[in-house]
Amino acid sequence: MSDAAPTKTGSADQAGGTSRRLISSRTRIFSYVFLSITAFLWIIPLVWTLYTSLRPEADTNKYGYLSTGGAFNFDNFSQAWTQGQFAHYFVNSAIITIPAVIITLFLASMVAFAVSRFTWKFNITLLILFTAGNLLPAQILAAPLFQFFKHFPLPLSVSDSGSLLNTYYGVIIANVAFQVGFCTFVLSNYMKALPTELSEAAQVDGAGVFRQYWQIIMPLTRPALAALATLEFIWIYNDFFWALLFIQSGDRLPITTGINNLNGVFAQNYNLIAAGAIMTAVPTLVIYLVLQKQFVAGLTLGSSKG
Amino acid sequence: MATTTASKPATGPDAVKAASGRRRLHLFSTGDKVILSLMVGIPALFEAVLVWLPALLSVGLSFTNSRLDITQPGGVKFVGISNYRFITQDYPPFVPALEHNLIWLLFLTLIATPLGLLIAVLLDFNLRGSWLYQSVFFIPVMLSLALVGIIWQLMYSSDSGLINSVLGTAGKPGAVDWFGNSKINLWAALIATSWKHVGYIMILYLAGLKGVDPTLKEAAAIDGATAAQTFFRVVFPAMRPINIIVVVITVIEALRAFDIVYIINRGTNGLELVSALVVQNLIGEGTNLGVGAALATVLLVVSLVPITIYLGRTFRKDMR
Repeated sequence: MSDAAPTKTGSADQAGGTSRRLISSRTRIFSYVFLSITAFLWIIPLVWTLYTSLRPEADTNKYGYLSTGGAFNFDNFSQAWTQGQFAHYFVNSAIITIPAVIITLFLASMVAFAVSRFTWKFNITLLILFTAGNLLPAQILAAPLFQFFKHFPLPLSVSDSGSLLNTYYGVIIANVAFQVGFCTFVLSNYMKALPTELSEAAQVDGAGVFRQYWQIIMPLTRPALAALATLEFIWIYNDFFWALLFIQSGDRLPITTGINNLNGVFAQNYNLIAAGAIMTAVPTLVIYLVLQKQFVAGLTLGSSKG
Repeated sequence: MATTTASKPATGPDAVKAASGRRRLHLFSTGDKVILSLMVGIPALFEAVLVWLPALLSVGLSFTNSRLDITQPGGVKFVGISNYRFITQDYPPFVPALEHNLIWLLFLTLIATPLGLLIAVLLDFNLRGSWLYQSVFFIPVMLSLALVGIIWQLMYSSDSGLINSVLGTAGKPGAVDWFGNSKINLWAALIATSWKHVGYIMILYLAGLKGVDPTLKEAAAIDGATAAQTFFRVVFPAMRPINIIVVVITVIEALRAFDIVYIINRGTNGLELVSALVVQNLIGEGTNLGVGAALATVLLVVSLVPITIYLGRTFRKDMR
């Protein structure tokens, strides 16, 4: 797994990559030129958003957006934070994302344990159904799922809509159901490669199936779980569709779906929109900085079996 | 059942031993069997009720006259293929949506995905500072497509966007409304989407390239092959498993495209996609469940093609 992750030590001869001495100087020059131009183009949208967010609207109106005149400060951020109710949206995102990731990994690891460590008649069928479920476009499920949630009775003390609509539960459940397939696929591949002697020894010692799962296999699966947790956190935080479909009242939207409303709230004030965009990106960028290796490992774990 | 996974430190013989040594269920006590059944049954029920049943019900619903709700007055009646006749004959956005999905697929396949591969290959040369380049392409991958849409709106806007500002047309009559003009907004949206897609493909191929045995490249170089020859004749064929996954991911991304067009204009006026039409028929004033379900069924049938190919390849070894 470690070989998949980009590292910041890539300056010297990195294990696995093409060694620099195999490259002709013409190829090297072409690479530098091509990468520099492309990377420059790639960074422009981010730099532009950051630049716009730091300037007061009055100054950009006066000097134009493509200018250097006027003040630079964080006023747009504080204004966007309060006016756009960002604190509220971020809390909603946390309420949805954290339980969804935990439940997804819990359910997926149980299935993966059962299908990878034991031989069942329907092993492969089950695995195929789980994997395929994750590949479907979400819109295919939308109409029946909406009806199902709408007619699923819940006491008013739990849900003020009396159903799963307009609740965090509905969005969490939909996210879990949609993501559990991918995690099951990845985890079952991982668990399959763990030596069987482990479970055999445990069984001789009289450990039940659940103890084998929880105390022997799960700790050994920790690297894959960490990678998947990072990846799923990003994916579910970034999910736009389920909240759009199931949540009607704006004050319950997670941030990714909530930014849909910011254009209206900020009345086409591009400086505020830019500040809002940067703030929305911050959680994922922090994860990028801290857990980049885990994220890449999660992505490549899913594609390692061909 | 023997399957080796590239992601695991376990060596071949270990994996084979693990697989062949897997136990049959009859060795277990009743209690263990009950627990195992629950461990599989609860998640399987979840998946069945919330993914597969709705997918099938979408097909069923597409043959009915349901409009706002399945409990509508008069009940839900079977109406044959009339919803399909409606979308193909009397629903103007349907054909453009199919075309746009196809253009989306071609653009990602022919431009964005090869660009991601090229960048990965160049980064794999381990040039000085390649981690910096890598980070630049990586960051958009972390952002949601909804946010990508917002960020590119700041680039494209006709009165204050960067592109019109650079062209000197911002806020003037000659300004190009990149997301608003139905003749060009599909391409503008595709560029914004590619901003993220290229990095995604780059990550997958970087991992794939690191997995190619370096001695293969050394041998080719010693034989006098150029970098391009080494890549096309040795490295690319060696990455066949990753190539297949990248193709599947690209096709599925093209079918799933939704967030970005929805955030731009809800998938109208030049940005119609089948996924967006499904949602337009489920939310708001134009709600028509039967029509939405018919569109969803079209999307399902098309999606099953790449999914089947992928699953066939992935599980072929296990099926024997």
